[in-house]
Amino acid sequence: MTFGQVLLVAVLVVPALGAVAVAATPRDRAARLVGTVAAALTLLAAVPLVFGGRGWFAWSAGAPAVRPWHQVDLPWVPGLELRFHLGVDGISWPLVVLTALLTLLCCAYTMWRVPDGGSGRALVALLLVVEVGILGTFLALDLVLFFLFFEVVLLPMYAIIAGWGGADRRRAARKFALYTLFGSVLLLVGVYVVVAAAGTADVVALTGGGGLSRGTQLAAFTLLALAFAVKSPLWPLHSWLPDAHTQAPTVGSVVLAGVLLKMGTYGLIRVAVGVAPEGARWAAPVLGVLAVAAILVGSLVCLAQTEVKRLIAYSSVGHMGFVLLGVATLTATGIQAALIGNIAHGVITGLLFFLAGAVKDRTGTGTLAELSGLRETAPRLAGLLAFAAVASLGLPGLAGFWGEAFAVVAAVQVGGPLWTTLGVLAAVGGALTAAYFLRLLRQVTHGRPSPAVGRVGPGLAGAEVTAWAPLVLLALAIGLVPALVLGVAEAPVDALIAVVSP
Amino acid sequence: MNAVQSVDSVALLPAYLAAGTAVLVLVIDLLLARPAATIVVAALGAVGTAVGSALVGAGAQRQTFCVGADCSWIFGGRAALVGVAVALLTLGVLGLSVPALRAGRSPVGEYCFLLACSMTGGVVLGAAGDLITLIVALETLTLPLYVLVGLRRGSLASAEAAVTFFVVSVVATTLTLLGAALLYAVTGGLHLDRLGTLLAERSELRELPLTTAAVALLLLGLAFKVAAVPFHAWAPATYDGAPLPVAAYLSTASKLGGLVALLAVVQRALPADQTGPVLALLAVLTMTVGNLVALRQRRTVRLLAWSSVAQAGYILAPLGALALAAGRTDEARSAAYAAAMAYAVFFVVLELAAFAAVTALRPVGADGGTLEDLRGAARRHPWRGAALGLALVGLAGLPPGLAGLFAKVTVVRSLLDGGAAWLALVVALNAVIGLAYYLRVTAALWAPPPLATPTSGGGAAAVPVVGVVAVVLAVTTVAAVVLGVAPQLVLDLAGR
Repeated sequence: MTFGQVLLVAVLVVPALGAVAVAATPRDRAARLVGTVAAALTLLAAVPLVFGGRGWFAWSAGAPAVRPWHQVDLPWVPGLELRFHLGVDGISWPLVVLTALLTLLCCAYTMWRVPDGGSGRALVALLLVVEVGILGTFLALDLVLFFLFFEVVLLPMYAIIAGWGGADRRRAARKFALYTLFGSVLLLVGVYVVVAAAGTADVVALTGGGGLSRGTQLAAFTLLALAFAVKSPLWPLHSWLPDAHTQAPTVGSVVLAGVLLKMGTYGLIRVAVGVAPEGARWAAPVLGVLAVAAILVGSLVCLAQTEVKRLIAYSSVGHMGFVLLGVATLTATGIQAALIGNIAHGVITGLLFFLAGAVKDRTGTGTLAELSGLRETAPRLAGLLAFAAVASLGLPGLAGFWGEAFAVVAAVQVGGPLWTTLGVLAAVGGALTAAYFLRLLRQVTHGRPSPAVGRVGPGLAGAEVTAWAPLVLLALAIGLVPALVLGVAEAPVDALIAVVSP
Repeated sequence: MNAVQSVDSVALLPAYLAAGTAVLVLVIDLLLARPAATIVVAALGAVGTAVGSALVGAGAQRQTFCVGADCSWIFGGRAALVGVAVALLTLGVLGLSVPALRAGRSPVGEYCFLLACSMTGGVVLGAAGDLITLIVALETLTLPLYVLVGLRRGSLASAEAAVTFFVVSVVATTLTLLGAALLYAVTGGLHLDRLGTLLAERSELRELPLTTAAVALLLLGLAFKVAAVPFHAWAPATYDGAPLPVAAYLSTASKLGGLVALLAVVQRALPADQTGPVLALLAVLTMTVGNLVALRQRRTVRLLAWSSVAQAGYILAPLGALALAAGRTDEARSAAYAAAMAYAVFFVVLELAAFAAVTALRPVGADGGTLEDLRGAARRHPWRGAALGLALVGLAGLPPGLAGLFAKVTVVRSLLDGGAAWLALVVALNAVIGLAYYLRVTAALWAPPPLATPTSGGGAAAVPVVGVVAVVLAVTTVAAVVLGVAPQLVLDLAGR
């Protein structure tokens, strides 16, 4: 095995073993520490994946459209076309690092504060299992393996919401589980529609849709796109999201919004568009219209929200709408916008949920009407909230800008009355995004301190600063140097577009 | 012509072992009258039967009782798999019964004897080559169960369950027999392969209305045995009234037997274009009704019973692909049969694990109780609770219950290979409904105990576990985990 292959396997094995170790450690605090160390080691294994292995495919004629930097390919269940085939490239690597980072931050945060409901040990173990599922989804280069990891996430996340969530957690968790399973069973059928027709589940071989008939591609894309639309979520299949995000504990919301939703958009790019490009071209207008509807509906609903976590949750619907619009254009610009939008949303919304959780923990309420004047009593917290909100609304120079702006640019570039209209409407949605985030800031940070806010002390805990600082820095770094993401993604996106829109 | 048939006793060895166990148990019980000895002999007999089946099945296919090319006893890969599975399930159920037997709830000798008889039926069933052997074997499998269901002393529910089961089952047998008789009237053959050849070659026979009626009666009679909707109504009442281990046997070995019988006639005897649509309809109804009704259950065993009705639907689903021409190619057909068999094997392992865990979590000799009784069980008994959780999640078809996940994947895959995408979608959507109730039970296991906790002697008190039950639970759970990691084992065996 090469070093890259060892790293690739380690990225999955370390958190899995970490979860077992956490469960086996008897003392709660020690167990959480073990979990945090495991998450840190995972991040350490994920980052160096970027080195080596690049480009040696690029010159050969007839190279496949997916060119992993490193890959591991072992047989598992030949009877079901399931191979343990992992690989990483420029499309998946940023997401892998983001997942590892956010899980580490969540575990570290749990060292400081365990939400009510259960032991911190179990929570950390579940977070690590969720991490295994998400990382596996991003790394899988076998359709069946992809489906398998997609499913792994479901129950641990259910348990996190149902065990440590807010007052209405059981209903929210059940809704999450059933909606998500609805998506993943469609994924299962879609995967085997492809496998039955092509005789292989290898994503590398399948990308470009070689050999699949038009009918198969349309059917497969419909099923896969529906599956990923539930996960992303795309309007009108989004209704599990606000409940789940609102009821989940802070770390659960961060993982949910930060990386779990990305499984849907990543799957759309890598699996649905890659494997059934003809289906993608056929469905692109519908996808685009739904994406813009999501942006507008998400923004309008946000304007009417009265609860801070719910508002942020609905803002995810709008942001993911931009990502899906980018994918729907099926252009290099659009897909790159989607990728950077994914990462930016993960960083910024992760931060926003951390901050909203901090506000709720301190004041005991999340109702906007009961919050005001935060900057008077807790100026640092208010400042960070303002930073995150401004980043999220897409201020140029911060991470949120690139994804939204280039999704609009890509839609306009495609041209024609439909896509131009979609681009314009999406831009209007961007303006609405600014409106509701500014409304949030006005209500929470400005004005006279409400009784709930009056009790809040100005200080921030060390663990909070540790958990938030990397996200603040990343939001700045990606905003200023988008090449951090786009640099590695450029070659694989171009290769993908070359086979998708010939 | 030689009047005396030569009998291949090696091929019959598994049946000898199983029947010998039954006789030996009876004799030992009479001579020694020591419950422990009787149970040990029964257990050893079950182990012997499993080993015998595996050894005979490891070689080439053996057949005996032949008339010309048609044989009544064909012991090949499938028969070996069924023999091993039934013997091991019997062993597991015997282990689960130990506490109740020790407590004197049921007479030990009779209990073990009946269980061994039922096992004999199961072993013979897998190797049956003609309709008579098949039906007699199926009845040998079922007949002892009428008594076993009612064997709990002083329980009215148990007696009611036994009568329900008896009446329904006898009607089903009558239908099956009538179907077999009509089929004989049409073709003059009883051997499965001969029937298959005749019906395939002579299309005028296939078009007779009598043939259609015979096929329908045969299928519906067997559908009773697997508790397929609309012939399922006996199952929940019977399971709930029966002692827990017997309910476990009913939902695993007995169901497996029904499926094997159904598979035998569908695969070898009956024309696929006639059975396909019936089976597709049965599958859709069975899984949908089973899942929807399971949603409303409040009693543990009833919920498991309805869920096993739904699972029977998933087992039948691959056969539904025969309804379409694309599903009737040789390749698609053998894939469908293998998928149904594989699903059944995954299912019985998980189902036995679930019943073992429920038995371990309940006081000795108690029935399954309500879901409320299981509330917080995993907090009091982490290992047993986790095992039940794993089994339920597996039945729902989700990780970490990978065995169940691969079972669903196998079914969906075979359906799509057979071109029955619509049926695959029905299976997939049913899995979502299924999760709703499996999740409810699983979540209840870890839910905080009710606020008004009884101080002592109440339902929430810790339940000590009997060693044998713990061993059965551990072994089945380990088996489920191993099959989850290496599902290819089952897929290979089921495809033979």
